[in-house]
Amino acid sequence: MDVHAAKYIGAGLAMLGMIGAGIGLGNLFGSYLQGALRNPSAAAGERPMLFLGMALTEALGIFALVIAFIILFV
Amino acid sequence: MAAIDPLHQFAIEKVVALPPVNIPGLGVIDLSITNSVVAMIIAAVAICLFFAVAGKGQVVPGRTQAVGEAMYGLVDGLTSSMIGHEGKKYFPFVFTLFVFIMTMNLFGLLNFVGVAHMFTPTSQVAVTAALALLTIGLVIVVGFAKNGLSFFKLFVPSGVPAAILPFLVVIEVISFLVRPLTLTLRLFGNMLGGHVVLAIFGSFVAALGAYALSTGGAAYAALIPSVLSFTMVVALTALELIVGFLQAFVFAALACVYLNDVVNLGHGH
Repeated sequence: MDVHAAKYIGAGLAMLGMIGAGIGLGNLFGSYLQGALRNPSAAAGERPMLFLGMALTEALGIFALVIAFIILFV
Repeated sequence: MAAIDPLHQFAIEKVVALPPVNIPGLGVIDLSITNSVVAMIIAAVAICLFFAVAGKGQVVPGRTQAVGEAMYGLVDGLTSSMIGHEGKKYFPFVFTLFVFIMTMNLFGLLNFVGVAHMFTPTSQVAVTAALALLTIGLVIVVGFAKNGLSFFKLFVPSGVPAAILPFLVVIEVISFLVRPLTLTLRLFGNMLGGHVVLAIFGSFVAALGAYALSTGGAAYAALIPSVLSFTMVVALTALELIVGFLQAFVFAALACVYLNDVVNLGHGH
């Protein structure tokens, strides 16, 4: 196989890592909304933790993106 | 179809070329003023001007002062809720990080058509890595200054059976060492990803529109995806405004969490 084509395929495959980040983010915000609707008065206090969890989850997806870029351009 | 080059916007160009400087121990370093440096200077000057206006402290705040107070309140809530009553000491650092990153992110979205587009310094690993290393460096310095050698207790979780303690220590050390990496890559990846997607959808608008108008006839149908792409660009720009703010907030929040680890070491905060 052409190395160039293999690079593109590899970069595409690397982006599969985003699946996990997507599931995680959906889970995170879904759970937050569940909790927030059950006890709206406690929702505001947990918002920093929500964004913190979002950042930590999202970082893993970003790692996949970085790997894809490394495959493509390095 | 026009060539799509979504990464062109991240190219570093020298604005003022300066001779390379030889720093002992580091080698020859190019300290030229690049478009990235110019964008950072613009952001810093804009912040100074903003707080010169917003920091007047009138009893009835104007709009500028209200924005300044809102940002102050946001970061103050962050430091005091995460670090506790000692958070005030670290407020200036966290606030500076937050405002600087947010300004760089948001200014990166500005585009003066035909004149210049603002460069986004936070889309460069060098910039985000410097900010992350600064944060972790402060965490380590504060950790040793406040706790002395018991700083290393950070890596030893309490209430763990002795059998699995060695493994947990290794994991804790790795998770500490990976912190600057995640701080760097999160900000960089978000900015890079967002801007690349914007550029790709923008190129759809231009390429499909040009194709439809130049070919004519049945090719006018290509105007539909062109217009759809344009609405997508508008929506994504709105999203990028949120992301720019949110990433700055997340960076500040994580700085607070890491500082809390060493400031309240062993207090089980």
